[in-house]
Formats: sequence, C-alpha cells, structure tokens
Amino acid sequence: MKWDEFFVTGDPLIYGADVAIAVTVLAIVSVLTYFKRWGWLWREWLTTVDHKKIGIMYLISAILMLFRGGVDALIMRTQLAVPNAGFLNSQHYNEIFTTHGTIMIIFMAMPFLIGLMNVVVPLQIGARDVAYPYLNAVSFWTFFMGAMLFNISFVIGGSPSAGWTSYMPLASNELSPGPGQNYYLLGLQISGIGTLLTGINFIVTILKMRAPGMTLLRMPIFTWSTLVTSIIIVFAFPILTVALALMTFDRLFGSHFFTLSGEGLDMLWANLFWLWGHPEVYIVILPAFGIFSEIISTFSRKTLFGYKAMVYSMIIIAALSFLVWVHHFFTMGTGALVNSVFSITTMAIGIPTGVKIFNWLFTMYKGRIQFTTPMLWSLGFIVNFVIGGVTGVMLAMAAADYQYHNTYFLVAHFHYVLIAGTVFACFAGFHYWYPKMFGHKLNEKIGKWCFWLFMIGFNVCFMPMYFLGLAGMPRRIYTYDPESGWFSLNFVATIGAFLMGAAFILLVYNIYYSIRRQKPEVSGDPWDGRTLEWATDGAIPPHYNFAVIPKVTGLDAFWRLKKEKQRERIDDAILPIHMPSHSGKPFMMSVFFFISGFGLVFEWFWMGIVGAVGVLVIMILRSLECDKGYYVSVEEIKRDLSSIKQ
Amino acid sequence: MGNAHQQTHEGLPLEYRSETGKLNILGFWIFLGAEIALFSTLFATYMVLTGRTAGGPTPQELFEMKGVLTQTFLLLTSSFTCGLAIHQMRLGNLKGIYVWLGLTLALGAGFLGFEIYEFMQYVHEGATIGTSAFWSAFFVLAGTHGVHVAFGIGWIGLIMLQLAKRGLTPETSAKVFISSLYWHFLDVVWIFIFTSVYLSGMVMSHG
Amino acid sequence: MAKPQAAVQNKRTFPFKHFVGYLFSIVLTLLAVWVAFESELPAKVIMNVIYIFAFLQAALQLLMFMHITETSNGRIQTGTILFAVFIAITVAAGSVWVMSAGHS
Repeated sequence: MKWDEFFVTGDPLIYGADVAIAVTVLAIVSVLTYFKRWGWLWREWLTTVDHKKIGIMYLISAILMLFRGGVDALIMRTQLAVPNAGFLNSQHYNEIFTTHGTIMIIFMAMPFLIGLMNVVVPLQIGARDVAYPYLNAVSFWTFFMGAMLFNISFVIGGSPSAGWTSYMPLASNELSPGPGQNYYLLGLQISGIGTLLTGINFIVTILKMRAPGMTLLRMPIFTWSTLVTSIIIVFAFPILTVALALMTFDRLFGSHFFTLSGEGLDMLWANLFWLWGHPEVYIVILPAFGIFSEIISTFSRKTLFGYKAMVYSMIIIAALSFLVWVHHFFTMGTGALVNSVFSITTMAIGIPTGVKIFNWLFTMYKGRIQFTTPMLWSLGFIVNFVIGGVTGVMLAMAAADYQYHNTYFLVAHFHYVLIAGTVFACFAGFHYWYPKMFGHKLNEKIGKWCFWLFMIGFNVCFMPMYFLGLAGMPRRIYTYDPESGWFSLNFVATIGAFLMGAAFILLVYNIYYSIRRQKPEVSGDPWDGRTLEWATDGAIPPHYNFAVIPKVTGLDAFWRLKKEKQRERIDDAILPIHMPSHSGKPFMMSVFFFISGFGLVFEWFWMGIVGAVGVLVIMILRSLECDKGYYVSVEEIKRDLSSIKQ
Repeated sequence: MGNAHQQTHEGLPLEYRSETGKLNILGFWIFLGAEIALFSTLFATYMVLTGRTAGGPTPQELFEMKGVLTQTFLLLTSSFTCGLAIHQMRLGNLKGIYVWLGLTLALGAGFLGFEIYEFMQYVHEGATIGTSAFWSAFFVLAGTHGVHVAFGIGWIGLIMLQLAKRGLTPETSAKVFISSLYWHFLDVVWIFIFTSVYLSGMVMSHG
Repeated sequence: MAKPQAAVQNKRTFPFKHFVGYLFSIVLTLLAVWVAFESELPAKVIMNVIYIFAFLQAALQLLMFMHITETSNGRIQTGTILFAVFIAITVAAGSVWVMSAGHS
C-alpha cells in the first residue's frame, strides 16, 4: 500500500481536517507537558474507576462527537441548500451521511446518556460506586477507542459510505471497496463490548447495591429507566455483535452470509440489524424519559404523577421493543400477514408512551412550576416529541409506509423523536446535574437563549422535511434538480440547521462562561431536589459519595429527609469505607483493542493478532491480580466533612 | 463496596461468602443471558440459510453421526465431571477439585480434537466457509462454540493455577464456580447445535 | 475459617443430583437420536419432539448442575434466563418466519 492510499488525499476539506487534528494534538501535548500534567492525567483520569469521573469522560467524549456529527450535518445541509450544488460530490456526501448517523447514535446519544447514568445512578440509589468499577473503566475505554477508530477513517483510509444501516449488498466488497466499511464494522464492534458491559454493570448495581430501605418501587424513576435500558442493552447488543461479525467475515474471509453469490441473503442483514436496531431506539429514549420525569417532578415541586404506571409502561415498552423490528423494512415485501402483525405491535407501543405523556402533564397540573433551563428543555420535549410520535404511528401503517418509505418524511420523523427526545434530554440532564459534577450551575440566561435558539432552529430545520417527504424527495440524495420544486423548503431547513449550530456554540460558551463567572454552590442541593443525588456531602460528592449511607423511607427519599429535618449527621455512624483501587489495565487493554481493530481494517492480520494477544495478556494479568481495594479511614472522612462545612 | 466486605454469610457455600463473589456470580448469570442472545442470533442465521448450498456439497452428504455422537458424549460427560468438581469444592476437598476439573479439561480437549478433525474432513471434501451461505453459517455457528470451548480450557487452567497458589478462598472458589457455569452453558449450547444442526439436518434428508 | 454447617452435613452425601442429571442427559440424547432415525414419525413431529428434548436437557443443566435457584439471587438469575429464552425464540423463530414468509 502506498502512502497516498493510506492517507486520504485530494480534498481541501480533508486537508483542513488534517491540519486541525495535528494542531489540536500538538496543543494538548504541549499544554500537558508545559504544566507537567501527564502524571495527573494518568493518575486522576486514565486509571480512574470512580463512576463520577468515568461519567464526566463519557460526557466530554459525547460533546466532542456531537461537534463532529453536527459539522457533518451542516456540511450536508450546505450541499442541499440549493439545487445542483457542487460543494460535495456524491461519494463524499455518502460518506458524510454515513458518519453523521453512526456517530450521532452510537458515539453521541448513547455515551451522553450512559455518562449521565454513570454520574447519577449510584448517587440516586445511595451507593459508593457501581457493582464492578474496574469493568466500568473497561466499558468507557473500549467505547472511546472504538469511537476513535471509527473517527480516524476520514483522514486514514477513507470513511464508510453505505449509510449507518450499511445494507448489503451496498456494503459488500464489490460495491464498497477499501477499508471504509471495515472501520464501521470494527469501530462499532469494539465500542459494543463496552456498551454490553455497561448493561450488565448497571443491572447488578441497581438490583444489589441500593441504600437500606430503597425497595424497587421506591427507586427514582431515572434509576428505573436505567435498569430497563440496561436489560435491553444486555439482550440487544449481542445481536449486533453477531451481525457485525458476520459482515466482517463476508468482507475479510470470503463467507456468503449476505452476499449475492453463494446463495447468501442480503436482506438477512437488514433483519439482524433491525433486531438490534429497534431495541437500540429504546436504549436511547428510555433514559431520556427518566431524565424528563426527574426534572418535571423537581420543578413542579410535586411527586411524579402515576409513578407505578411510569414503571410498568417502561417495562412494557422494553418487551415490545423486541417485537417490532420488521417495520423498518415493510417494503421488503414479506407478505400481508407479517406486515400486519408488525404494524400492530408497532402501534401498540404508542399506548404506554401515551400514558407517559399524560403522566408528565398531570405531574405539572397544579404544580408550582419553575421555568429553569432544564425545565424548558423538558417542556419543549413534550410538544415536539408528540409531533414525532404521531408521525411515527403514520409510518407504522404498513400500507401507507410504502409511500413514506425512504423519503424525507421518515428523516423528519426520526429526527423529531431522536432530537426532541434524546438530545433535548441530554441537554436537560446536562444542565440539571452539571452542579453535581462541577460545583456550580450553568448560567441560566445563556442557557435559556441556547434553548430557544435550538428549539426554533430544530423546528425550522425539520418541519419542512415532512413536506419535502410528502413531495417525494428521497433521503440520501446528494443533489436535486431545480424543477423538482424542493428548493425553498430545503433552503429553509438549512437555515434551521445553522441556528442549531449557533445554539451549540452558545452551549459551549456557557460552559466556559460559567467556569469563570458562576458562583460556586455550597449546599449540594441547588435545585431543592427530591432524590438522593442531592443529599451528598458537599456540592461535588467525595470519591466515596456518602460519609454515611442515608436510610430510605419512601419515594423522593431526600425530600422526605428534608421535611423530617433528619439531616443532622451522627459522627459515630462513620465507619471505614472500602473502595476499589485504580487500574491502568482497562486503558491499556482498550489500546490493544484499537491496535487489533486497526490491523483488521487494513487486513493486516499480523497486527490484528498482536492486538488480540495484548488483550488476552491483560485479561490474564487481571485474573492473576490479587487486589482487594483499600479502606478510607474514619479520620479522613471526618477531615473531608469539616472542610465542607467551612 | 461499602462495609459489605466485613459481612459474613455463614451457612452459604464458600463461593457466595464474600460480597464480591456473590456479585460476580450474579453478574455472570446476566452475561450468560447475553450469550444466549448471541448464540440465538447465530442459530437464527443458520436456520434461515439452511439449504442454501449453491450447488456445492450438502450437509446430508458430509455429516457423520458417529463422530458427532462421540463429541456429544464427551461434552456431556465433561459437564458432569465439572459438576462433580463443584461438589468436591463444597466439601472443601482441593484434591477432588483438581481431579475432576482436570478430567473436565481433558474431555473438553477431546471434544475440540474431534471438532477440528471434523472441520478438516469437511474442508477436504470441498466445504469451506467460502463455499456457500449454508457452510458459512455452519462453520461460524459451530466454530464460535468451539472457540468458546478453547477459551474455557485456557481460563479454567488459569484458575487451577490460582487454586494451587492460593488455596480455597472465597475469591478463588467464586472463580471456580463462575467458570463451571460457563462450562455447563457451553454444554447447553452444544445440545442445541446437536439438535438443530445435526439431527435436523439428517431428519430433513429422510423426510 | 469454620466450615459452614451445610457443607459439613454434605460431607458423606453422594452427589445424587449430578448423577440423575447426567443419566437423564444421556438418555434424552439417545432418545432424540432414536426418534430422529428410527421412529418413522412425520418430519414435523420429529422436529417438535427433538426440540422438546433439547429444552428439557437445558433445564436439567440449569437445575442439576448450575444450581440456578441457589441463594437470594436465584429469582433474578431464573428471570434473566427465562427472558433470554424469550429473546432467543423471538430472534430465531421470528427471523425464520420473516425471511421465509412471502417467498414460498
């Protein structure tokens, strides 16, 4: 292979990215070296097993990926703003919608939500960490390395271009030659390991590590949504693992699972992909429901209306989520019976979802509503999500779907549920729990500007797409004729996209501004919260979270404690706390995963084997390790407590 | 976490007596749930692609019941001896564990030997992963199980080394117990491979 | 460390459960082979019978060898496996149905 096949050449946009990456890496390295921060980075972050720090790293990665995926989106919207635009050629456009979709779902939405789960769930259930802190670090680093492997594709070797769904035979060696599609397969495979482990970790954490008195039906609703999501993850992700592996075999070892030759079945890929893909949709929406429930309850100053109905509807959604996958390919033509069955199961999901919408409304009914930034995002969610949901029911009708399929109507629909649902929830949760992570609130004024700009931009961008779809504009086309009549709506949509881009810049500016200007929180309870994450000692919890584990007597545990004025601490109750040791192995293991994945992308099998051996060696070393963690002494805990009181 | 390590669980077998051991065993059960989803996807693929031999060799021409039955009994017996090892562990008999686990690994290696021989036989007769959709599905389904067995042999061997070094502690006994769950699970998967690949393949040729 | 009471009582007990489990797994395997090759039943019936045998064998492993119901976590463990079986049947039977309906 020559060097100009290895690096992507000949495109000014890519050269610009090359320079930007080089400058960023250089800047990070020199800042770390100048301030002598390498040791700090290793000790405090790369080797940490603390769920709060891992959560923060997830969030930082997710925001970086939001930037990358967002830039992709703006490039696409620029190309589509006017007919016959020459900004991108068709191949480049294909690559960009592929990376946009993949990054936003796998490397932005999921890590953002998993980051919030990591920060919040152990605190909400009154635990000191997750059940398997070491595994949690493995989860993060495999996700991170998988994401990096996927992301370098656009400067080294070329990006995948078969769409985030990677349908066969388009994604086969014949129609997608080169390493691009391999990046997709291996990047997702490696990060999928991390996601699966997260699922197992949170199920056990939530089932076994709750504070005394917290029965299942006294758990905060975000914890419930995390539990249900984790169950879906555990049973859905192995399906993706297999599907990706089979396509990898097709591309690397000449097997015939999905190929046109050898009697392979291309639509079997679609079948397996959506067997995972539809549950995946609920993996990114259920935690969002949990976040909105917490926020709406807090800022309506009321207990969540219909708590049990919320829990049961989530469980029903989880079970149904595995029974609807065919609605993604009604047009495959599998027959009236199959399509009817999957139409009905799909519409059935609307019922528990509708129950939840009414519960949120009733929670606000007669509440003393505070219009904080997180609450604004939640209110915006209800309105916009309903639009997405109703158009979803339209798509669920198999016969009608033949009309909507593969048009911008579909694009509009899933952006209305994924942005108004998941992304709004990420922003809402980020503002809501930010003080718990960094000890100060984000600025409310900038936050509200950001919300309105984004909300308006979102509607300006995606509402026209419903009508473009009805006017027959297919998705994934890189340009269109002036005679098509699609110009004006496309132009409006592009304006909306840039408004959302501006709102993102405002969000980042808000972080910068708030670090410098916002006054520090001292109480640890900035919103007058209801659940245990606000009951920690100090604004930012110590690494062991609670000096003394609180006792739970009902739903909204912290609210009850505050009302019963039982917050006085009994110093005698403090006992030494057992905590897990830091470890560099998760990071190193993930580096080996990266090496192995990179080797396989270019079919350098020696390198794939070297990486795999590295992974195995680290696993063996971990197994032989005899590490029982360490104890935090009573004196140290008391020292921490007195420094908080000052 | 927390003060849990100081708790004792008298009356329970050793592997459940530390909080970590108990948590790890539960977590491994959930992992097995994920493994069931993983293998069911491979089974689904195999079933969908059954009969798609693209004019190449068919399973009816190549499958041989004698070898497959031998493999099946080797693995069934290894699952039994693995269970006996856990029985010995609960009696506190370290030597008994070595004997039965050692036998388990030997039987597992025997199974693997037969499987590799079988695969080589098929390749020799012109059925490889690249021959047709059916053979792709066959080799990846049976092969994934085989790789699991190979991994299990290495893993249990490593745990036996730790037993020799550290003796029976709550930590080592939890490891032995978890690896035994893994081994029994592989037997369960094999039962389904035996049924839906070999038996069904033969039945379909009769009927 | 003192030996737990249960283990002491176990000391001379024969591993009865394991032998029963092993015996049944052998018998079920042989029965399945017999049904498949010698029984002369229609293919569809044979398929159903051998799958029932397979699920029975899986249950034997879980109960006799893997002690799935043991300790206070037994219910979670059992629930996990039952849900996994639901998923497995959905994935396998669902895929076969979806991929073959409308093509025959």
